[in-house]
Amino acid sequence: MSTVKAQVTERTNYLNADYGVRSWLLTTDHKRIALLYLISITFFFFIGGFYALLIRLELLTPAGDLVQADTYNKLFTMHGMVMVFFFLIPSIPAVLGNFLIPMMIGAKDLAFPRINLLSWYLYIIGGALMCHCMLTGGADTGWTFYVPFSAITNTKFVEAGLAIFVAGFSSILTGLNFVVTVHRMRAPGMTWSRLPLFVWAHYATSIIQLLGTPVIAITILLVAAERTLHLGIFDPKLGGDPLLFQHLFWFYSHPAVYIMILPAMGVISEVIACYARKRIFGYSFVAFSSIAIAVFGFLVWAHHMFVAGISLYSALVFSMLSYAVAVPSAVKVFNWTATLYKGSIHYDAPMLYAFGFIGLFTVGGLTGLFLAALGIDVHVTDTYFVVAHFHYIMVGGAVMGYLGGMHFWWPKISGKLYPEGWAKLAALIVFVGFNLTFFPQFILGYLGMPRRYWDYSHMPEFQVLNVASTAGATILGIGYLLPMVYFLWSLRYGDPAPDNPWNAAGLEWKTASPPPTFNFDSDPVVTWEAYNYDEIDAPHIQEAPVGR
Amino acid sequence: MADSPIAVQGTSHQVHNPALLHHFAQPEQQRNAASLGMWWFLATEVMFFGGLFCSYLVYRLLYYPEFAACAKTLDWRLGATNTAVLICSSLTVVLAVWAASMARRTLLVVCLIATIILGFVFLGIKGKEYHDKFVEHHVPGPTFSFEKVPIPGHPGEYANPQRAQIYFALYFIMTGLHAIHMIIGIGIFTYLLIMAWKSRYTPKYYTPIEIGGLYWHFVDIIWIYLFPLLYLIDLHK
Amino acid sequence: MAGHATSLKTYFTIWIALLIFTGLTVFAARIDLGVYNAAVALTIASVKATLVALFFMHIRGTSERLTKLVVVSALFFLFLLLGLSMSDYLTRAWH
Repeated sequence: MSTVKAQVTERTNYLNADYGVRSWLLTTDHKRIALLYLISITFFFFIGGFYALLIRLELLTPAGDLVQADTYNKLFTMHGMVMVFFFLIPSIPAVLGNFLIPMMIGAKDLAFPRINLLSWYLYIIGGALMCHCMLTGGADTGWTFYVPFSAITNTKFVEAGLAIFVAGFSSILTGLNFVVTVHRMRAPGMTWSRLPLFVWAHYATSIIQLLGTPVIAITILLVAAERTLHLGIFDPKLGGDPLLFQHLFWFYSHPAVYIMILPAMGVISEVIACYARKRIFGYSFVAFSSIAIAVFGFLVWAHHMFVAGISLYSALVFSMLSYAVAVPSAVKVFNWTATLYKGSIHYDAPMLYAFGFIGLFTVGGLTGLFLAALGIDVHVTDTYFVVAHFHYIMVGGAVMGYLGGMHFWWPKISGKLYPEGWAKLAALIVFVGFNLTFFPQFILGYLGMPRRYWDYSHMPEFQVLNVASTAGATILGIGYLLPMVYFLWSLRYGDPAPDNPWNAAGLEWKTASPPPTFNFDSDPVVTWEAYNYDEIDAPHIQEAPVGR
Repeated sequence: MADSPIAVQGTSHQVHNPALLHHFAQPEQQRNAASLGMWWFLATEVMFFGGLFCSYLVYRLLYYPEFAACAKTLDWRLGATNTAVLICSSLTVVLAVWAASMARRTLLVVCLIATIILGFVFLGIKGKEYHDKFVEHHVPGPTFSFEKVPIPGHPGEYANPQRAQIYFALYFIMTGLHAIHMIIGIGIFTYLLIMAWKSRYTPKYYTPIEIGGLYWHFVDIIWIYLFPLLYLIDLHK
Repeated sequence: MAGHATSLKTYFTIWIALLIFTGLTVFAARIDLGVYNAAVALTIASVKATLVALFFMHIRGTSERLTKLVVVSALFFLFLLLGLSMSDYLTRAWH
């Protein structure tokens, strides 16, 4: 065993191939760019989390006693903007997707490595603008920055809008790179029907990024023009129609939810197959349901506007279309569940996150159907029910997927094993903390507590559930800090990881941990089907060598 | 498969091609990646302008009389001339691609120069139109003025200045973003010209000319739609 | 996609056609066609755009179906944006 260890540490890999700040800041290696993204989005995750903490502290008591109303408006605005545009949207694609897609398809790099680096720099410029906005007072428009308020507020909306605009182009370039890479860079034998479902999910995500993001970019430009010149495009006082803004905004921002959740679904497909030791049930259904979600996701945007004054006919159309997107989502959940059936299930940490994802995503998805139904939506719009619903999707879904994926591929990324016991504990804490935070919010919303209120002293009966929610948020916060601590700990003290610690299928596990700069020592040729766990687990190849 | 899951494929390429980046296996793969990348980029551009076309459609439906009155204040002759200028530049671009594929360096350089000149002609005419609008106080903002402008076909009725301002806001944003794309296009073609001058392009490698050309044609197509939408509303009245 | 003498001829033919269509669209705008003025103008613009895309951008003649798929999907999502927005604006009981 000691010889194996020595071999692992001595090998040249992407981390020790070159040292120095320049070799990182000017790198075109997709793996190093993924790590740059990892550090940047973690930074923004904790900033966004800090805002969430302040929000929950304020709501601990019915009176508005911790902060002023204006400050509270800024808290939930910056929480939303930072978390959506600077954490959730880049999270899985820019970190895990960037790191894994070229390896999963057997390529040396993404199709446009320099554009990949450019996209990180755009993200950093956008992030710097966002930090500037936060340090100079922040914006108070809500993350949705509806007009006409965003056109007249005297807070720093222009900086925030510009930050989102620039970060949007970063997201477009990442999507462009992924789509072209999947089409053009696949290794010989890596047919579309052999692609890992993680890659399918990212392909679908990239299509949304490419076709949706430009619309929010032009919308931000129009709001900025409206603010500075008072053109009247969105200002009802000057003959404009504010609903046009909402149409354009949600044309991107509804599909953006699928930018966040689809990559997580990709992660879950990989993890479930590995820890159930089975090929994913209905591979092609899961693959094409990703594409279907991407397309249907563009058909449903006006369900955010049912009470905003759109025509009744239009509301009916969008209500019905919104149900359609539930079909491919349910296909995925059913197929994951069917994969577990008669599988040989291992309860390792990534699998615990995957189980958490399936449960929480199902709750989030089904409450989404409540909101798609016109009658119920009118009742619960702008209440905590909506807040709970989208947090179940974005935090219960996307963040669980992100953490599950980080654990699953951490040995590949860092070359070190994380402590399994602590990881299981963290997964449990996150699951418990999450539900304690957000389930009470469903009840609060259903009972009629509006969102974005900083003071609820005229409805003190809501305090009990709010205290539960704040307590849950504290537990959740610990659950998020814990992995960061032991991941960092494992960099120095963790056991060296073998090339394939989970005995998983997929090309990324057939190269070293951490991988060499160009991913593979020799160009791979794929001769096997995806998720061939029956072959991997067949007795005669149990003793697969670690060091080659 | 168990012992060595990765088979070695072929040998490394013997002849080193300076234009071939390390992570591509063959030149065709690199060319196809660049071309597909440009096509997807153009798809994002369609959606970028799409948001504007959507806004335009909404307000044209709501405020049609004002849109007609405003369009009348533009000079359709200048708009038509600019359309012709862009069509000619698209011809010189496609000739440049042809020249590159046929190793006709002189023709390539001439076509690239012609394209850049036509691009500047377009921007010059556009600048004159902007200047006229500025003089007439038709630029949206504090100085905007659109008093007593008749609605075509409705004698005695005047356009509502607020609604007219929305038309001009869309006019300036749409043509302005188009002009920015033209300026970027001229920048790209200047780069291509320098590289062509240095004989960097051969019939085996002229991908930059091809994808630069795709971009230029796309900007042309946007204008092909902007011209009738902005200039030709109720011209007959 | 190597050029031939015929492709040069095609390019010039398309160029002439585009100029003629430009004249035609101005001519059509100056005669009263009622509600069809806008339809005619957009049809001519679409014909011109199609000619540029097919012959100058070489969609015709590219062996790849993928390029066409990209174009079609971009147009599809553009029409989704326009069409579904119009499902609201054209059916409002107020305004």
